[in-house]
Amino acid sequence: MTAIDVPPAVPVAPVRVALFRRLTRRPLGLISLGFLALVAVLAIIGPLIAPQDPNFADIRAILASPSGAHLLGTDGSGRDVLSRLLAATQTSIAAALIALVVAVVLGVVSGLIAGYYQGWFNTAATWVTELNMALPGIVVLLAARAVLGPSVWLSMVIFGILLAPAYFRLVYASVTAVRSELYVDAARVSGLSDLRIIGRHVFSVVRAPIIIQSAIIAGIAIAIQSGLEFLGLGDVNVPTWGSMLTDGFKNIYKNPVLLVWPSLAIALTCIALTLLANVLRDELERTVTVRRRRRRAVLTATGSIATATTSVALGGGDLTDPDEIPEVADGDVIVHREDARSKSTEPVLRVRDLRVGYDQADGSHIEVVHGVSLDIRKGEVHGLIGESGSGKTQTAFGVLGLLPRGGSVTGGTISFDGVDLADASERVYAGVRGKRIGYIPQEPMSNLDPAFTIGSQLVEPLRKHLHLSAKDARERSLDLLARVGIPEPKRTFDAYPFEVSGGMAQRVLIAGAISTDPELIIADEPTTALDVTVQAEVLELLRDLQQERHMAMLLVTHNFGVVADLCDRVTVMQNGRFVEQGPVRAIFNDAQHPYTRALLDAILDEGPARPPLGAENGVVA
Amino acid sequence: MSTPLLTIDDLVVEYPGKGFRAKPFRALKGVSLDILPGETVGLVGESGSGKTTLGRAALGLAPVSGGKITYDGRDISHLGRSARRALSSEIQVVFQDPYSSLNPSMTVEQILIEPLTVAGVSASDAKKRVRDLLDQVGLPGDARNRLPREFSGGQRQRVAIARALALQPRLIVCDEPVSALDLSTQARVLDLFIDIQNRTGVAYLFVTHDLAVVRHISHRVAVMYKGEIVETGDADRVTSAPEHPYTQRLFMAAPVPDPDRQEERRAARRALLSAS
Repeated sequence: MTAIDVPPAVPVAPVRVALFRRLTRRPLGLISLGFLALVAVLAIIGPLIAPQDPNFADIRAILASPSGAHLLGTDGSGRDVLSRLLAATQTSIAAALIALVVAVVLGVVSGLIAGYYQGWFNTAATWVTELNMALPGIVVLLAARAVLGPSVWLSMVIFGILLAPAYFRLVYASVTAVRSELYVDAARVSGLSDLRIIGRHVFSVVRAPIIIQSAIIAGIAIAIQSGLEFLGLGDVNVPTWGSMLTDGFKNIYKNPVLLVWPSLAIALTCIALTLLANVLRDELERTVTVRRRRRRAVLTATGSIATATTSVALGGGDLTDPDEIPEVADGDVIVHREDARSKSTEPVLRVRDLRVGYDQADGSHIEVVHGVSLDIRKGEVHGLIGESGSGKTQTAFGVLGLLPRGGSVTGGTISFDGVDLADASERVYAGVRGKRIGYIPQEPMSNLDPAFTIGSQLVEPLRKHLHLSAKDARERSLDLLARVGIPEPKRTFDAYPFEVSGGMAQRVLIAGAISTDPELIIADEPTTALDVTVQAEVLELLRDLQQERHMAMLLVTHNFGVVADLCDRVTVMQNGRFVEQGPVRAIFNDAQHPYTRALLDAILDEGPARPPLGAENGVVA
Repeated sequence: MSTPLLTIDDLVVEYPGKGFRAKPFRALKGVSLDILPGETVGLVGESGSGKTTLGRAALGLAPVSGGKITYDGRDISHLGRSARRALSSEIQVVFQDPYSSLNPSMTVEQILIEPLTVAGVSASDAKKRVRDLLDQVGLPGDARNRLPREFSGGQRQRVAIARALALQPRLIVCDEPVSALDLSTQARVLDLFIDIQNRTGVAYLFVTHDLAVVRHISHRVAVMYKGEIVETGDADRVTSAPEHPYTQRLFMAAPVPDPDRQEERRAARRALLSAS
């Protein structure tokens, strides 16, 4: 519910455009594909168009210069370089393909089975993979040559087996991730066979990474194969790029040009494959993204990691959502009169005409908060309520200066005790955020760094902002932990975040937020991730602390129960605008705006319970 | 009245512990529950109470280590893969997260046709049925050719409901199907569930943590706590006058959306906690 919905500026690029067309639209993709196509064609028809037999040695024309008879000259044994190059292209590419196919088949099949079924096969396959990875590849290939003889093809099959872990690990990781997706469970419940689930749901996720990996692996295979031939491990009767390189190397002083042709062939093919892999990754991974939510960690001044969940609502466009409450476009905020319970203190935070916008990748700009105004008085709890995508979290993050990448305050003023925070620099925020404005996030677990103990994360801001000594900061942290109701402060102080429950972690974050005695707390859905009994305890704690310390609080939430429990005043937000604002009782008992009323009507708590089966006004199942 | 559609008898589910010779984790400690045809049984509890595990056990997605699950007079606690697949036209599921329960690379039509073709429905019949299903869940016919990501959360959940309805099951396990939705969407999707039930007579095992939701949709409610059912009864009785101390604590903890009545509930909760 803290999801920050950024409406899309442009309709998403059509997804199902053929991959090939998308590749050729990019210059690098076109060039590398073109080159590889040329290599492929030469590999197929090379021996047919070769002017001479690649193995025919003309001892009268050793190391001949390029001429009409030998377009690229001859090598150290008097063989025609052009013919050899064409024949070698076929062998080298075929050899690399063998290694690639063996690696793909072995790695992908075992990865799919191990990842999907887990169990003993997984244990065995992982063990074999680890053993395989621990083997020194070149040594294995040397040993294989000694035992099996100098065959290009055999050594490439073995090299393929050595490369298989690259695929196994990739596929295994993707499959274990996709296996926990609910749509795989749903497919099982739908009665799909395992084979069909793997083929339809699992393979579609691993396909893209496999294609990308293959382009890289093909390059490696060509390089290694050439390397082996260069060392002289291949069959001397089969021309390859590597063996041509050896010959050129032997005659480097007599005719250095001989080195150029095989080197160019190897280098250009490998570069083309690498570039193709890059373009493939850009094109494939953009559309295959399963995740809808982008997460970005921002380091708050309290030393904790705040996670901004930015969900980008994609596409849709012409599809209207019947569930959505329509926007009433009159623009004016309905402001209720203060009641007897309203605080008459002066405002600690004064927001005027605040606008928040996001820069889009294509250079355009989308505004998500359209000029909102708000006062929070000293000692007052102000609730900001709205549905997901209403901009409530954007407003809070705008005040905190913690907008995700690309976001900025584009207009209006945020005045906190005389300091203007609107689009302020980090230097202005340094003395304010985490010191005079505390922040309580929604998801306690992702807001504590698992690499540090809870104690160290509490002590750090105290030392930085209040300049306490290590000892004082530690004592104060322990006091705070006790204050927020943690039963064994000492133990929790030394614990790592993952060792405590969600409710405890939220208490720790609350302790952190109040540790510097801030005048204002901004709480973003502080209880949404918690169970209802834990929520009640945390609300109780927030209430006590707020009253004890006379802190003002901006409480962002979507839950009317939480608002009723804590807030003095409420602002209702819809689609980046405030629609209604006033004392909590006025909003609940005398809502004027249609949106507020629609929200209140949607609350189920008030309705009657469903009667037992059969007693439902005549409807008998 | 009629005989139960699903009977869960003293069910125990254990997950193997992590690490060598670790003690298994007992998620359900002997749970008994039954669901009549056309009935909604709400299963409410907090995280870790075992409510989701109970739903998954009924679907055959959790390992049953003790007790018995009977569906329509047949023991289904330890079905093999193929027997389980045959049951897919009887028991279906709607999951919580409408973002991860639909394959992002498949169109709505592909998603809905998949279970139909597996069940042997011809391609042309399946297409007709898809139109009918979309209509049933209140989605326009042109939604067919779109990808899940083009829909809002509520619409996605409607697609998930349509998929569950495709094989005309007699029981749908609903695992927190409205928890990820906005308030206004939530109410409409719940009404859709009730509407479908009234039309088709399907039974629901409705798993949720939200007490207001469970009260709205359930004929009967079962409250789970630490792997056991602590209280069952008609929705109105359990949600208005709970008897078990845990149920009382649970209901007192939920804030009422009214400042004055919430003040009263807060006081009542304090009194209850200090009394115990």
